[in-house]
Amino acid sequence: MTLPDPGAWGAILAIAAMTVATYLCRISGVVLMGFIPLTPHVRRGLAALPGCIIAATVLPLIERLGPAAAVALLAAIGSMVLRRNELLALVVGMSAIAGLRALGF
Amino acid sequence: MGKAAAPMTGAGMLLGARKVAVLMPGVVVFAVAFGAAAAGKGLSLFETALMSATVYAGVAQLVAMELWRPEWSWGAIAGLAVVTATVNARMVLQGASLQPWFAAYPKTLNAAHLFLFTDASWVIGTRYRAEGGRDLGVLIGSGLALWVVWLIATVAGHLAGALVSDPRRYGLDLVMPIFFAAMIVPLWRGRRAALPWVVAGLVALVTAKLFEGYAFIIVGALSGALVGAFRDDAA
Repeated sequence: MTLPDPGAWGAILAIAAMTVATYLCRISGVVLMGFIPLTPHVRRGLAALPGCIIAATVLPLIERLGPAAAVALLAAIGSMVLRRNELLALVVGMSAIAGLRALGF
Repeated sequence: MGKAAAPMTGAGMLLGARKVAVLMPGVVVFAVAFGAAAAGKGLSLFETALMSATVYAGVAQLVAMELWRPEWSWGAIAGLAVVTATVNARMVLQGASLQPWFAAYPKTLNAAHLFLFTDASWVIGTRYRAEGGRDLGVLIGSGLALWVVWLIATVAGHLAGALVSDPRRYGLDLVMPIFFAAMIVPLWRGRRAALPWVVAGLVALVTAKLFEGYAFIIVGALSGALVGAFRDDAA
């Protein structure tokens, strides 16, 4: 038996899949709490996970988008270190990439 | 509702909404960025709003935009679900930490309000409970208020993004990477704690070179988390 192709419903099905996956994440910790002991190892691994996901997403992206993107991201990080303002970091990063691209990089 | 052991009041919900208000400017910017990125990736306004309403997880939604495609196979949909679960894996620990609070309430109520569970409501709920609060309305009110603002700002971002004819020229294709990179700063806990991130980034780079698709996020992130889990933290 083969499923019919997602076709025109692809985007909606993708959103539905994300909804189910996210909801399962939301409830599974509460449900599993009584069964799985959170050892220090598990706790430390999960604590490191958010930063790991960011690094694992952004680094290959920089490699693909090129040096102008790398400069823009570093400018945004620098702005965040100095001011801790997400909006400002976004403005700085986007100004950097728009400027560099206008100059032909 | 409202019995002493397991209170859930309207006053609590208002308190939760007030507590979450300080986070609203950041959330609005994040939602507008997502809406604009979604418009740039070709999602319709309906699809964009639907995702914000039902997924309601900012980072996962921005990652999804990076992986979005015009045509979907079942494999690609399953892959997106796996990446989403990986990005949201932190919710498992957050939910587990608040489970003793939820245990006093009916299972159906917990199943319903956890749909609105976010990083923000976790932080607010954790702090509130540490101060001796027991009203579940605080958690629900913060999640609900954030959901409404998240949805409205998403729609605004999509409408604004659609006005930009060439997203690349204004750097809109970099909105997600910039936000991601900027998020590293509040997560920073010193150089030793960053070692797993370095491992994650390098493993992801190599994986992205060797394999097609987006397995690199999962392989890289889990490699880094493993390093974080088994590194000697005594120093």
